[in-house]
Parts: sequence; C-alpha cells; structure tokens
Amino acid sequence: MPEIKSIKLILEDGTVFEGKSFGYHKSVAGEVVFNTAMTGYPESLTDPSYKGQILVSTYPLIGNYGVPKDEMENGVPKFYESDRIHISGLIISDYSFEYSHWNAKNSLREWLIQNEVPGIFDIDTRALTKILREKGTMLGKIEVEGQPVDFYNPNEENLVAKVSTTEKIVYGNGKHKVVLVDTGAKYNILRCLLKRDTTVIRVPWDYDFTSEDYDGIMLSNGPGDPVKCQETINNIKKAIDIGKPIFGICLGNQLLGIASGGSTYKLKYGHRAHNHPVIKVGGTTCYITSQNHGFALDSNSLGKDWEPLFINLNDDTNEGVRHKTKPFFSTQFHPEASSGPTDTEFLFDDFIQLIENSKK
Amino acid sequence: MKKDVKKAIILGSGALKIGEAGEFDYSGSQALKALKEEGVYTVLINPNIATIQTSENIADKIYFLPVTPFFVEQVIKKENPDGILLAFGGQTALNCGVKLFEAGILEKYKVEVLGTPVQSIIETEDREIFANKLAEIDVKTPISVAVTSVEEAIKASKKIGFPIIIRAAYTLGGMGSGFCENEEELIQRAENAFSYSNQILVEESLKGWKEVEYEVVRDAYNNCITVCNMENFDPLGIHTGESIVVAPSQTLSNSEYHKLRELAIKIIRHVGVVGECNVQYALDPFSEDYRVIEVNARLSRSSALASKATGYPLAFVAAKLGLGYGLFELKNSVTKVTSTFFEPALDYIVCKIPRWDLNKFSGVSKQIGSSMKSVGEIMAIGRTFEEAIQKGLRMVGQGSHGFVANHPMKGVDIDTELAEPTDQRIFAIADALQAGYTVDQIYDLTKIDKWFLEKLKNITDHEKVLTKYNSLKELPDTDLLLAKKMGYSDFQIARLVLKVPGENIQDGLLAVRTHRKTKGILPVVKQIDTLAGEFPAQINYLYITYSGSENDIEFVDDQKSVIVLGSGAYRIGSSVEFDWCSVNALNTINSQEGYRSIMINYNPETVSTDYDACSRLYFDELTLERVLDIIDMEKPKGVIVSVGGQIPNNLAMKLHSQNVPILGTSPLDIDRAEDRNKFSSLLDDLKVDQPRWKQLTTIDDIYRFVDEVGFPVLVRPSYVLSGAAMNVVSNKDEMEHFLTLAANVSKQHPVVVSEFIEEAKEIEIDAVAKNGEIVAYAISEHIEFAGVHSGDATIVFPPQKLYIETIRRIKKISREIAKALNISGPFNMQLLAKDNDIKVIECNLRASRSFPFVSKVLKVNLIDIATRVMLGLPVEKPSKNLFELDCVGIKAPQFSFARLQKADPVLGVDMASTGEVGCIGVDYYDAVLQSMIAVGYKIPEKNILISSGPVRSKLELLSAAKLLQEKGYNIFATAGTHKFFKENGVNSTLLYWPDESDKKPNTLDYIRNKKLHLVINIPKNLSTEELSNGYTIRRSSVDFNIPLITNARLASAFINAFCRMSIDDISIKSWDEYK
Repeated sequence: MPEIKSIKLILEDGTVFEGKSFGYHKSVAGEVVFNTAMTGYPESLTDPSYKGQILVSTYPLIGNYGVPKDEMENGVPKFYESDRIHISGLIISDYSFEYSHWNAKNSLREWLIQNEVPGIFDIDTRALTKILREKGTMLGKIEVEGQPVDFYNPNEENLVAKVSTTEKIVYGNGKHKVVLVDTGAKYNILRCLLKRDTTVIRVPWDYDFTSEDYDGIMLSNGPGDPVKCQETINNIKKAIDIGKPIFGICLGNQLLGIASGGSTYKLKYGHRAHNHPVIKVGGTTCYITSQNHGFALDSNSLGKDWEPLFINLNDDTNEGVRHKTKPFFSTQFHPEASSGPTDTEFLFDDFIQLIENSKK
Repeated sequence: MKKDVKKAIILGSGALKIGEAGEFDYSGSQALKALKEEGVYTVLINPNIATIQTSENIADKIYFLPVTPFFVEQVIKKENPDGILLAFGGQTALNCGVKLFEAGILEKYKVEVLGTPVQSIIETEDREIFANKLAEIDVKTPISVAVTSVEEAIKASKKIGFPIIIRAAYTLGGMGSGFCENEEELIQRAENAFSYSNQILVEESLKGWKEVEYEVVRDAYNNCITVCNMENFDPLGIHTGESIVVAPSQTLSNSEYHKLRELAIKIIRHVGVVGECNVQYALDPFSEDYRVIEVNARLSRSSALASKATGYPLAFVAAKLGLGYGLFELKNSVTKVTSTFFEPALDYIVCKIPRWDLNKFSGVSKQIGSSMKSVGEIMAIGRTFEEAIQKGLRMVGQGSHGFVANHPMKGVDIDTELAEPTDQRIFAIADALQAGYTVDQIYDLTKIDKWFLEKLKNITDHEKVLTKYNSLKELPDTDLLLAKKMGYSDFQIARLVLKVPGENIQDGLLAVRTHRKTKGILPVVKQIDTLAGEFPAQINYLYITYSGSENDIEFVDDQKSVIVLGSGAYRIGSSVEFDWCSVNALNTINSQEGYRSIMINYNPETVSTDYDACSRLYFDELTLERVLDIIDMEKPKGVIVSVGGQIPNNLAMKLHSQNVPILGTSPLDIDRAEDRNKFSSLLDDLKVDQPRWKQLTTIDDIYRFVDEVGFPVLVRPSYVLSGAAMNVVSNKDEMEHFLTLAANVSKQHPVVVSEFIEEAKEIEIDAVAKNGEIVAYAISEHIEFAGVHSGDATIVFPPQKLYIETIRRIKKISREIAKALNISGPFNMQLLAKDNDIKVIECNLRASRSFPFVSKVLKVNLIDIATRVMLGLPVEKPSKNLFELDCVGIKAPQFSFARLQKADPVLGVDMASTGEVGCIGVDYYDAVLQSMIAVGYKIPEKNILISSGPVRSKLELLSAAKLLQEKGYNIFATAGTHKFFKENGVNSTLLYWPDESDKKPNTLDYIRNKKLHLVINIPKNLSTEELSNGYTIRRSSVDFNIPLITNARLASAFINAFCRMSIDDISIKSWDEYK
C-alpha cells in the first residue's frame, strides 16, 4: 500500500470531513453531489454531465474491478463515456487498492492520478449524503494541506461549452443520418445509434445543425443549467419547425422542453442513481432508469402541443415529454444507460421507427 | 387491480431440513401478513408447529397436517378456498402444488393458483424444457442432456466430455448432484441420483466460473425489477447454500452487472412469473460469457437473504402481486411514500456465511460441493468487506473469533484444504496467508476471485501489525481504529496485542474495550433504508459499523426499552423454535404500553429479524462486545436472555458482571443450574435423585467409577479430537477406543462420566415460574427410551403413558427446584422415570425447544406468560391444564441424512435432527401417523424389513410384527430376527446380510431395487461404533430413499398406528377445532 496522505472535504455550510487521499493530491472546488449507484465508476467519472462536480459515491466499496482498457471502437473509447475524467473529485468510503478484473488495465487510483483528479476515501459517505439530502446540493472543496482554494459554483458557467466537441465529426455509415447535438454527450448514445444502422453527425453545442442533411436529431445529455445553452435552444426551435424526428436525453429533455415553451428549475439534490422508477403517463408500464441530473423540466410549463411522457414514481418530477402530434420526444433519464439499467434502450428503436415513418 | 379472492390456502414447507429451513417461515409469515392486509381469509397448512406462521393471529386457520397432495386435497375439500399460494413453502410446497395441478385437483375444486402459474413452475423445474424455453429467447444454459438410464448418461458424457456434473431433477438444494471426473465416478453418481428422480441431467462442468444470482420480481402488468444481486465468494462448483455470498456483487463491472440483470428480466418475462423468482448464473471470470444455471420460480433461501440484505420485503410484495396488484400500486414499506417499483441501493455490504454441523455426524464426508450440507446461515453487515466477513465468522458460532486470532487448525494440509474444500476452507485461507502463500497461489488452488483474497490479505496483514505491539499503550490509535474498521473484535485485539491466554481473555477484551472507549473509538449505528440515504426513512432496521462518523438514529434514555437477545444461526439443537420464543417475547413487550422492544439477531432466515417485529432491530452480533455496545447506547430497562436458546443464556453471567440488568431469573441462579457441580449439590440438598456422575481426569479413575456404577455409561469429554462430543459406552473396549481415538482425557481436559440408565422413560417439563413459584407448566414424555437426545426424540403431549404418581412427583420436584433457584421466567427440565423412580438429568433456566409445541397444543402461550413475569407484570395461572385436553400432540424429528453423504443415520445422545413437526390428533395413533407422514414416512405398501438388534428390541417389536402379519404385510428379516420371529410364530423371509453378498436373497439387493417400503434397523447398542452390516443397511436405505426407523419403540408406535388406522381415518381438523 502506498503512503497515505490526509485530505479534507469542506462544505459550503462549514462541515468538514477528514479523509485520506488516494487520487491526485491537490485541492479542487466544485458542486458536491451524490450518486447511489453500486456499479459503474469508470462510466460515471467520464460522464460529461458531471463537469464541475465533486462526486460522492454512497456505495462504500469502490475500485474493486479497476478501470478498463482504452481500446477504441467506432473512433471512440470502447469502455468509457468520453475521452477523459470529468468529475472534479471523487469521495468514497472504502477504496480497494488491489483490483481484480479480466478487463482491467489500471487501478482507479492510477487513473485518477493520470487525470489529475483528487480522490478521498475513509469518510462517512452516508453522513455526507444525508447532509446533501437535507440541505440540498451544495458547494464544496477538497483541500490538501498548504493549498487553499475558494468555493466555486460551476452552474454559473456554461459547462456545456467546456465539454462539447469543438468540431463536427461523422461516425459510421448507416442508412439514417442522425445529428447528435453534443452538449456533453455520453459515448453510449453514439453507440446506441450506430448499432441501429445510422450515420451519426456529432456537432458542437452551438452549431447550426439545421443546415445539415439529416433524418433525425439526437439531443444529448450534458452538464449544468440548461438556460446557459441559448444557442442550442434556438437551433432546436428551428428543428421543431422543420419537423423531422427529435429525441432528447437528460439535458436534451430540458432543452427540448424550453424550446417548446417550458421552463426548468433546480432540484434540491438532483437524481443520480441507477434505480429511479418512472411510469409512462396514462398507463401501467414502469421502467427502472439510470439518472444523472440536477435540473428538471416543469411538467406544468409545457407548451400546449406538448405533454408529459414519463413521470418519476418517487417524486413525481418530469421524466420526459412528447409532442402530441409530431415525432418529437425526450426523456430526463438515460435510455443509453452505461452505467445503469438497460430497460429503456428500446427508445432508440422507437426513435429510428419515427425516422423511418417520417421518410415514408 | 385486485383479484376477487376471499379465501386462500397457503402451503408451508414442513419441518426444517437441510436445503429448506427457517427462510420459509419468514416468507410464509410475510405472505400471510400481506393477505390479511387485503382482507383475504387465510388457511395455512404446515405441520411445523414451532414456526411463527403457525401462531395465532397470523393465518385465520391452521392445519398442522403434512404438506402432501392427499392432505391438501382434504383441506381444500373442507375449506373450499378460491385461491392457493404455492411459492412460499419452498420446494415442498411447490412440488405438492405441481402434483395437485397435474392430478387435476385444483381444477376439480376450482382453486386458482395465485402468483406464478403452475405451467411456468413446471417449465423452470424440468431442466430440458427449461433449457429449450430459454433457447427460444437466445439465453444460454449449460450444455445438458436429460437421461433416464445410466447407459444414456455414459453416452451423453462422451458427447460433452469430462468434467461433468450430474443433477437429479425435482430435488431440494441439489440432492443427488455431483461432479464426475471420469466414467467410473459418473456411473456411481448416476446410480445414486436415480434413486431420487427418474430423470437426471448430464451437464458441462463450469467449475471455476463465478456464481451470481439475481432476485427478480414481476407483476401482472409485465413490470420487472431486480431487487438484489449476489455474488458467491466460492466459484461455481460449490452449492450456493454452501458458499459464502456477498451482496451486492463485488467483482462485476457495470456492463456485466447489467447484462445479467437484463437477461434476468428477459427470462422472468418469458417464463411468465408473477411474483418473485431467482436466476442463478455462471459467469466466465475471463469474459462476459455466461450460462443460466437455475431459475427458482418461488421464494427461496436467497430471496429471504435478499430481503434482509436490502430491506425490500420480497415475500410480502410477491403475495400482493399474486392478488393482481402492480408494483407501482404498492408502497415501499421503508419510506412509506415511494412505491415498491424501484431497486434498492445499498450503502453497505452484506456477507452470508453458512453454518455446518458436520461434527454431529459420524462418518460424514466434510467436503463441500454441489450438494448442500449446511444447516443454517448468518448475515453480517458492514461498510467494508473485512468488517462484514470478520463479523460473520464470529456469528457462525463455531468457536472462531473472526478471520484471524483463532486456534490453529488441527492436522489440516493447507493445499489439500484449499483445493478440495471442506467446511474449514475459509480458515485454511487464513492459515495459507499467514504461512506466506501469495494471493496468486491461493487463487490457483481455490479459484476464488483475487479481489476477495486481497481483502482477506488486508486482514492478515493488519494482524501482523497488531502482533508487533505488546500493550494497549504502545498500540497507536490509528492502528486500533483500522483494526475495528476491519472488523477486529476486542477479543481478537486482546489476543493479538495483549497476548492474554484463553482463561484470562475475558479480562483482556474488557481492557481493550475500556481503552477503546477512553480513546473515543466507538462504533456507529446505521440504518438499512433501501435507498442509500437518498430519501428520508423512518426505519428501525439497524446495523453497527466502525466505518462511520455519526449515528443515524437518536437514543432516548428513558429505561423503557427491553432488549431481547435472539438465537443466532440455526444449527442442530437451536432452530426456529427459539425464533418463535423470541418473536413472542417481542410481541408481549410491544403489547405493553410504554415499552419498546429491541431485537439483536443476525439470522436472515428468521421472523425476529423482520424489522416489523420490534421497535428496533439490530442486525448484528450476539457477542458480549456488541451487546454491550448496544446497551451503552440504548440504556435499556433490561435484557431478556432466556428466549433465544443457549447463545444468550451463555451471555447472562458476562453481562451481569458488567452490571447489565438481566430481566427474569438472576444470572447467579442461571449459573447454579448451568454449572454441573453447583446443580448437583443443589439436587443433593433438595434430596432429589440424579444419575450418579463424576468429573474425572485419568483413565484409571474412569474405570474405578465404572466399577461402581456399571456399564453402560455416558461419557462427555471436554476436549474432542474427532466425532461426537458425547457417547454412550457399553464396555471396556469401547471405552478404550473412545478415549484414545476420539477424545482426550487429562487434568486440563477432564471427562464427565455418568451412569446411564437403560429402559428409562424420559420426561420433560416446560414451565414458567415467578419468584420461585410455578405459574404454568407442561409435562411431556418421549416415545423412545432415554438415550435418544431430546431433540431427536418423538415427544407426546399431554403424556399418554405416565403414571399419575410419576406426574405428581415430577411436579413436586419442579416446584422445589423452581423455589431453590428462585426462577422468574421460563425453564425446562429433563427427567428419567423408571418405575416411578425419578431422576433429574438437566435443568435449563431458559425457554426450550419444546416451548412452542406445548404452548400450541395446550393453547397457553408460555412465552407470553414468561415475558410478563420478566417485565414484572401481573400474571394469572392459566385456567387450563394438561389433564383437560381432549387431543394429543406429537412432536417428531426431521432428519436430513440423505444430504449428509456417508453419515450413519443412527440416533444417539448427540442431536442429529435438523427440524421437527408437531401434529395434533384426536388420539395417540392419529397424531403418530400424522407426524410420521409429515416428516417424510409413508405408510408402507407391502414389504417391510426388520433387523431388530438386541434382544429387548426384538421383544419390543414382536407384537408389532404380529400385527403386521395380521394385516397382510410381507415381513423380511435378517438372520437373528428371522430366527426369533420363527420361534415366536411370526413368518418372515430371511434376507442375508450385506456382507454375505454371494448369498441371495440379500438385503442390499432388496434395498437397491427398492423392493422394500420400510426398513427397521435397530443398532446393537447405543454406541456410534456400529457393525458395518447395520451401517450398510441404514445408509443404503437413506441413499435409496426408503423410509428408515432405527428405534424399536418408535417403530412399534408407527406400526401400531398404521395397522390400527388407515390414512383416510386421519383427522382433518384445524388447530381451532381442538379444544
């Protein structure tokens, strides 16, 4: 075992947790959020939606299966959700210094160090989670001795601009041309599309994709406050007028909602889990979903041609919307999963079906 | 949308047996609670009288009848229910349900199966249909060929290639299953498997693959969730009931976890389960390749474990889904606001460890493998794996103090033990790590995932750190805290740091405790809330950990809480009956205004660890350390130690010495009954007779004592080398053999030798006293003569064959002892009676195994009375006594010898049964027949073998044999018995002994060809050293599934019962019909 240095987590409300450092030993600041998933740290850490956030894992044993190889497939890493770690820091209870997995190339610790991301273990993550649950998501900073930092609120920035691709990239060579509006897209959205006979045109968040030759639009997930993405919203409005199928995920759901006249608000402590139940509006069909969002669309604010598609069974928040007549729909949860349950991957089939119908 | 069901039958699982234990009391109780909530009138059939589900106010009507198609049909006929639930009584209920369905009985009486349709059950049970069914949806199962003969099995093996696994269809927990490396082994295994089932499967072996399970739930709307996944510590090849299991899985990546989850949902939908099922996978440790090993379309041991591991009440929810509800329509009982359609998120790890009792059996193979042998299990909760497994190894209760700081293993070759595991494997890993084996070396031998091995290595690494210090002063706080986070107990730290010898360990661990407290190194209490803290939960389901900085709950210092110590792992000798006692004590406390009940227990199979049973549940250790931790925080009014069996009883004095208030009888008096010397002199003072005994330290002294009292004698060594701890020795040779081979005698390890009285009746009294005066009591008698352990005896209540004078004397003795020990609470006493001459053998100042049985037959809840006494509440003497009962109750033992390969199925002074039933009849024979059928005996068709052993057994069986002859049965007998019968006018066919294999007809051929329908083999003496012929007859009867009786008195009772009445004469009466 390497030498263990001490490290602190300081919350905006003054609470201090003393832990041990296992990642890159430096100070950082960000928004502290918790996730209750029990698997999937390589996926979560590379999920661009976590940009600016210090992630707390409520599951205490982390690092067990190391981190996977960086094999490439379709021009993107096969086992990660982007090409780098996006979280600002990782907070866990018990770190497995020794990992074991056939597909592992590295330990979580070495990977954090390579990406210069600090990690804390040996703190009561349940106690920390309860604070965040009671008081709401708050700012926090990880501090190592002699390296003071100020609190920093990532939501004041346009985080999407930081994680989006800077250039248009085309993947695959399939029948259907889908524009993937990259507001911080997870690669599994790309993979889910490519599996379904598509050519994916991945474009920057502020790119006017309406000028592209496309059959459908995929609005991706992404970090931060949706209202920061005004350019994207304007382009979505244009796309709505064009009328070709649109499928939004997570931030995409919020952006589509705003573009159609709705509004969003910040949740007290967000939804970050693999176990969130949603029910399809007006039916008896439910799904377990993977979620990662701090903002939500207000179901009551939707434009008159729009209706809620899914509702969260835990807190009745909006989990998706659809247009009453046109082929536009979106989900607040992650049908592409990775990490998390795969129950709703069929929505990609639905999207392709809409594209096929619209081509007729 | 709820179905219109007014009355439903629910089938229980009968007696506890290996592979089917207390978990079904928990599932059944939950299901009954769910149905009651929906206003459904419930009728329960379960002969297991010691269960909580067969108590008042749980089911509306209870039949203590065997769970067989015959009896269930009779009850259906009488009760006319709309629905039946088959998924809550294990394989017993499921098999019975399938038979009822196939015989058209359910259709005939228009009884709807609530929950998973029978067709789906059949599809999951028959492996070939199952494999084809899964192939339809491209789900992989092991390559498997179903065969109906040994020849076909050989043919299939040529196609698949060795190694191969053999499985018998439709059996409990893998009975008749095993691995074969070559054709010879295959033939042997196949022959054995065909005795359980007429179809066996020859399958590809996936030895070394990971084994992973998912608990899946589906509602009638096709909504599915997986409540929990679990990973076996041991790789495939070791039955999941024999493996250490963790939840959630630890070594699976997200992709693997969700791939298997997705498959589980695909399967449950395709099969059409409504309710709960579990899916077991083999997962390749080097890729994402998998096989589906098994699907159980019912509640299971794993589902009980998953419920306790997550807080999600699977059985309760499954019962509601059976009534037609959707998951989204039901509320999560933990949060009370969210729905049951969600998947629990854990923020801790649980570790299940099996409990074996293989030392109780002579001749049994100790290797663990694809067939289940464990008799119970524990679940440990922690926030590190190290913490959970060390807690768990203590909980198992077989003398270990965790992973390290144990006595070294005796005569075990580490490499062999690692490669061919026995029940000691985990300790072999500890020894290997201490001996410097690398994780890679251990992995090569065990194929246990290196992640687990690395974590275990953390424990042994830290052991080295601790051992470096020689005092608490030297020990840095950081190392002490790290030790606690790794689950080290104060005991382990005392042993490793202070190096205190065994006799002073108590002082040592208390010194560690005091030191720890001054340093502020204290554990915290955390909730199990199903959602990892995401939503607020008012939940009383708690565990204790050192990986935490704050308590989840607050403590009220009002002296109004009462702690009940539970019974720990089910084991031979302590099982569901103590859970019944614990739950009833909780019920009484809960019913008293102002009192709060606190339960401490760690057995996932129990109802007492259902968080609904008490105000607070600490799912944690029953060690002095942990109980004191909880007492320090809760500051209770007092602790009840007398309802959970021997574990809490043993804590009484230790707690007392720490000034913990013990409710009821004073621990000093408990000690006076427990300590052999003190109790003996007490009896002498009272002029109460007892069998003569002496504690001796040399062989010469033993022989001098034997000269005085004569053979046979009962020998109880304090240090056992191998085999059973207690033995009846009939002559000098046996004594020599026992003392040299099996036990040790020395100054340090004295031996207790007692006079053994033959042909004496054994009588028990279960009673409750208040301030030394008996308030309520029940006297029962054993059918067998003394010499059969009371847990293995067939017990009759009220006694049918005792002299009034005997009863009068027993009452007098009991009154005197209760007074002398100033008993306030439950107690049990065992006595011998021979011609009204009464001797006391044992007295326990706690509830006993027979408390639920006598309480239910008498309809006087002795535990309720005892708890009221202990709480200091007024009690009235019950108006009713045993002379006024117009029914007879019989408690009969259930043995699991079939699963314990090679064990000699003979009864002796050490207990061997794994469970029991209690049936009530209008008369003695009615009750005998019910109870014998309930533990698996069948009324023999025609052919009965009698091999009657010693002369007095021959005499005992003579009239029974005459009766059999009269009734037209064919009697077969071995030489001596044949001769004796001939001389006494009973016709029998001589069968030669197994070792005279050239002589025909031979007993062994008759057994193997299943020509016999009942085998009665009475061992020559009470020693476990039996002649090989007797052993062969008994063992092969068990192996070929032929009912076997080894006690002449019991055989006679059974024969009399089935000759005097037919199965149709058995009373079909519910409990409330008996007054």
